[in-house]
Amino acid sequence: MTTESAPAPKSGVAEDVQQGPRVAVSALITNLREYGLILALIAIMVFFQFTTSGTLFKPVNLSNLVQQNSFIIVMALGMLLVIVSGHIDLSVGSVAGFIGALAAMMMVIWPLGPLSNPLVVSIICLIIGGGIGAAQGYWIAYHRIPSFIVTLAGMLIFRGICQALLGGGSSVGPLPDGFKALSSGFIPDVIGPLTLIPPTVNAAGKTIIGSGLTLHMTTILIGVVAVLAYAYFGLRARRTREQHGYEAEPFALFVVKTLVTSALALFLVYQFATYKGLPIVLMVMGVLIALFVFVTKRMTIGRRIYAMGGNAKAAQLSGIKTERLTLMVFVNMGVLSALGGLIIAARLGQAVPAAGLGSELDVIAAVFIGGASAMGGVGQVIGAVVGGFIMGVMNNGMSIMGVNVDWQQVVKGLVLLGAVVFDVYNKNKG
Amino acid sequence: MASTILEMRDITKTFPGVKALSNVNLSVEEGEIHAVVGENGAGKSTLMKVLSGVYASGTYDGAIVYRGEECHFKGIHDSEHKGIVIIHQELALVPMLSIAENIFLGNEHARFGIIDWNANETRTSALLKKVGLKEDPKTLITNIGVGKQQLVEIAKALSKEVQLLILDEPTASLSEKDSQALLDLLLEFKRQGITSILISHKLNEVNRVADKVTIIRDGRTIETLAKKDISEDRIITSMVGRSLDDRYPPREPKIGEVVLQVKNWSVYHPIHAERQVIKGIDINVRKGEVVGIAGLMGAGRTEFAMSLFGRSYGRRITGEVLLKGKPIDVSSVSKAVEHGIAYVTEDRKTYGLNLIDHIKHNITLANLPGVSRHAVIDDLRELAVANDYKAKTNIRSSSVYQMTGNLSGGNQQKVVLSKWLFANPEVLILDEPTRGIDVGAKYEIYTIIARLASEGKAIIVISSEMPELLGITDRIYVMNEGRIVGEMAASDASQEKIMRAIVRGEGKAS
Repeated sequence: MTTESAPAPKSGVAEDVQQGPRVAVSALITNLREYGLILALIAIMVFFQFTTSGTLFKPVNLSNLVQQNSFIIVMALGMLLVIVSGHIDLSVGSVAGFIGALAAMMMVIWPLGPLSNPLVVSIICLIIGGGIGAAQGYWIAYHRIPSFIVTLAGMLIFRGICQALLGGGSSVGPLPDGFKALSSGFIPDVIGPLTLIPPTVNAAGKTIIGSGLTLHMTTILIGVVAVLAYAYFGLRARRTREQHGYEAEPFALFVVKTLVTSALALFLVYQFATYKGLPIVLMVMGVLIALFVFVTKRMTIGRRIYAMGGNAKAAQLSGIKTERLTLMVFVNMGVLSALGGLIIAARLGQAVPAAGLGSELDVIAAVFIGGASAMGGVGQVIGAVVGGFIMGVMNNGMSIMGVNVDWQQVVKGLVLLGAVVFDVYNKNKG
Repeated sequence: MASTILEMRDITKTFPGVKALSNVNLSVEEGEIHAVVGENGAGKSTLMKVLSGVYASGTYDGAIVYRGEECHFKGIHDSEHKGIVIIHQELALVPMLSIAENIFLGNEHARFGIIDWNANETRTSALLKKVGLKEDPKTLITNIGVGKQQLVEIAKALSKEVQLLILDEPTASLSEKDSQALLDLLLEFKRQGITSILISHKLNEVNRVADKVTIIRDGRTIETLAKKDISEDRIITSMVGRSLDDRYPPREPKIGEVVLQVKNWSVYHPIHAERQVIKGIDINVRKGEVVGIAGLMGAGRTEFAMSLFGRSYGRRITGEVLLKGKPIDVSSVSKAVEHGIAYVTEDRKTYGLNLIDHIKHNITLANLPGVSRHAVIDDLRELAVANDYKAKTNIRSSSVYQMTGNLSGGNQQKVVLSKWLFANPEVLILDEPTRGIDVGAKYEIYTIIARLASEGKAIIVISSEMPELLGITDRIYVMNEGRIVGEMAASDASQEKIMRAIVRGEGKAS
């Protein structure tokens, strides 16, 4: 019916283009999810600040909180990758316990001479942790045995070895102070303390003004530098994007986000500075968190892990060596489990048969509270970290309040369920 | 003729920010086969979801009148209760259960929860006979092909005393032969008084069986044609909003030297080790040439391509692959990609895309080093690449940050294509590149293929649609039962010649 030659047909545009507003809405929801989690953490902290009549934010307690929960967060970093790649690792608590026992035996019992130096022992233990991860990952990656089963076996095996190593029910210790510093030590103040308001003492020996508050200046310096770097890099990244004409986030949102994060960070740093400074384990954790954020957000290996978790077959057909990648994810998990084990042992000052018992569940819960998907392919490092802190603050707060341990578990269970239900609800709506 | 069985009046369905349907009207008469056609994203599936209660009454505006009474379906159960059964494009069968178990899933002949297997299987046999499927009711779904699975779905619908059968793209993944059988079955149902709504992209099928055709575009009813007015041209005009004289873009082949040569390629089945799937295939493709591989479903075309692409299929693979005369190692996907071979899968959802990630990440996945330095991804470069390919292949989306799972089939296909184009291959193997996508998007894919060939890429197209192969290729291999049974220049090939080569089981090269 048409005589003139028709131009190339254009396909129907209805669906995909009109989804524009929907995308904006869903982007907002994802952001809300991200900020929502941090807001939830702040809300929980404020709640406990009140119910514990101000104990929660006391410098001593903040240090405790970090020292008690760091091993969960360290292991959650590895678990995030495991879960994003579509697997699970139930063995991390047992591996941590085993490594703690091994480290204690090497440092205290076995006559290893110079090899029993805490640093040497720690390095050996991390390598062994990687080996354990490789052994489990091998079956999962190359023989396609479900990770649930392999790591369930690992959970039994390494708990057993841990107990056997310690000779039944006994504990091994005390561990050397140099080793304990990993958990309970603070960074040295290389600058020297600053007394904020020097106390003025009257003739009768009574302080009339000034509290004698001294600040750990190295801590302050690290905090300020970190916050400035955070703001600078955020701004720079923003500017480059703007120059190339891409920017999604409104400037006001960026400013508010940066200000709130910085203020919170500076407040915490100040609190630490009034006490003994930054705990060493917090520094270790901070470096690891930064590293894993970078790896997952910016590096090709991180991208490949997400792709593998999202669709393993498609990833494989895109040239990604999924077997090797899976193996590496489990090696990484093994190393971090070992580090977790060392941190636990250092905090307790000895190795006990029950070290890390049940912690795999806390670690997995942290990752899921942080918004990771049990189906794989979805999850953020920061989410897992915040999830870990939510669990930790609840533990700590409820303990101070004197809530019975039994009921603490009930509350934690409800929070986990609530977080995931919230996620699923959001997803269905978006 | 008979009375109106179904009337959908002024159906309007809005998603947040999108009006998927606006005042759509559909009137179906008792005992007819009513085709609903439209491009992907036109709103056909949404309309059917409204009808079957997937979108509950109240979430849309308008009325559904079925057999003279207004219905408010709250879920699929309500509509099935009235005899309205929808068979989705993606089959909803449980692979590890038997045919009989699947047919009566949730509806078993049972007393006090104890299943009466004899009754189930007897009834299943009867149903299978009706749909012309010769299989034991105890056979597991996973062991029968897609065509047969489709028949099982239909048998399942029959078991529910269906009065109005809705088929969403039923032949999308069926071979020519199975498609014909399915259409015959629809005609048979019509004789028995079952009304059907057929959603299809394949206009020849619509032409063959439909009594009426309703065309939907951009969420609106364009027109309903009666049998005497149905013509492919008319339908296409209404679907795309303009006429379409030429379904294949013009192209002037500039064919150079042989780029890829495969010699004596043999592959065995991954599970049944004694079964040889590919039996000594020799093919070659030249620079700037588009080579087609024709054949029926099950001929081994996909298996051949995937075994070639990094041994992604089968085992005991033997044979030689030469790239520009030099033997190359294609034993892993990454090696194949390094040598400049790309394979665009026939099943983009399962093998092609990470559906829970956005367009940008999907496009760069096969060539991450291309957007990174020292294994650190340059976000800006990646974004530029993604936008570039979005424009080049005309991906329609609000931005490259849209999830690929939310795209229409045609746009998903363009994302997969972009991914492989960015990997910059010399040889591109396209497996059913236009399966399940609409006429307009097909043309765009053909245009891309033509452009790539003119840029000097060597292209292999596997397709079950013979007109497509005849329209876009320079040379066609015909494959059957793991062998090349014919080779012909596209200029003197025809559907008959191809079919003859297949049937004869051996062809003479021309």
